[in-house]
Amino acid sequence: MNASNTPFDYFPLILMFIVAAGFVVFTMVVTHWLGPKRKTKIKLDTFECGIESKGNARVPFSIKYFLVAILFVLFDVEVIFMYPWAVNFKELGALGIIEMFSFIALLLVGFYYIIAKKALTWED
Amino acid sequence: MLLNIPLTQYLFYFLSFVALLCGLMVVFSKNPVHSVLYLVLTFFAIAGHYILLNAQFLAIVHIVVYAGAIMVLFLFVIMLLNLNHDSEPHKNMLLKGAAVLAGGLLLMVLTGSLKGAETLAMHQPLNTQVGLIKNLGTVLFKDFLFPFEISSILLLGAMVGAVMIGKKEIK
Repeated sequence: MNASNTPFDYFPLILMFIVAAGFVVFTMVVTHWLGPKRKTKIKLDTFECGIESKGNARVPFSIKYFLVAILFVLFDVEVIFMYPWAVNFKELGALGIIEMFSFIALLLVGFYYIIAKKALTWED
Repeated sequence: MLLNIPLTQYLFYFLSFVALLCGLMVVFSKNPVHSVLYLVLTFFAIAGHYILLNAQFLAIVHIVVYAGAIMVLFLFVIMLLNLNHDSEPHKNMLLKGAAVLAGGLLLMVLTGSLKGAETLAMHQPLNTQVGLIKNLGTVLFKDFLFPFEISSILLLGAMVGAVMIGKKEIK
């Protein structure tokens, strides 16, 4: 990481985003413009794998998915704290290791709780 | 580099405009799914602000954690609710009053934290490298060590709370 780090070093990245978004918009406009349109009632019908749909998509689903997702996010945040630590690993020295290990130790208590409660086992 | 200064300003105004507009649309749109999508746009605009502030790590983390993971959780919660009939349960005046009070308290906290940032900026004027990951790590693991360790307790509490609420007891 050099000393003269400015946001303009990231201009190619912005260019990439513009090109990516532009490509999506371009292809969507062009396909609508070039493709033939035959709007019959059957063509506009909602279907899934050729089977007629029943009910609607707004069905409440199991909380198990949410539990897995939120536990993932919590450990995700934990890992993000490790990036600044890893960059400064040598400067922080032994104290840094103690700091991070006590941080991880507390989260391991949570991990143990999750395992002990069988929160990640997928029953019924 | 003189040519770059107006461009940064244009970018700043554009990103601020997008962030404020999308933030307002989060509040005003009737469909909760649209609200979440506007919130994603707001987060992207704020990530752009981070890049303008030369804090690339924070920008990427903001996109990965907020726009990626947390917004997905928001969508999960919306999908967990029953949205089939357009019922509006929050018509209660007491609830509205509580919401205004909570929002006002949050505003107070934010204003207080901004006051602290002002003095911090006066101590270190014109340091453009302050947002880089190396400086961030130094500050986080030296000056803000205690809040960092406390945040692990916050995460632990969130874990235990999620398991307590979301998991039924296995007999």
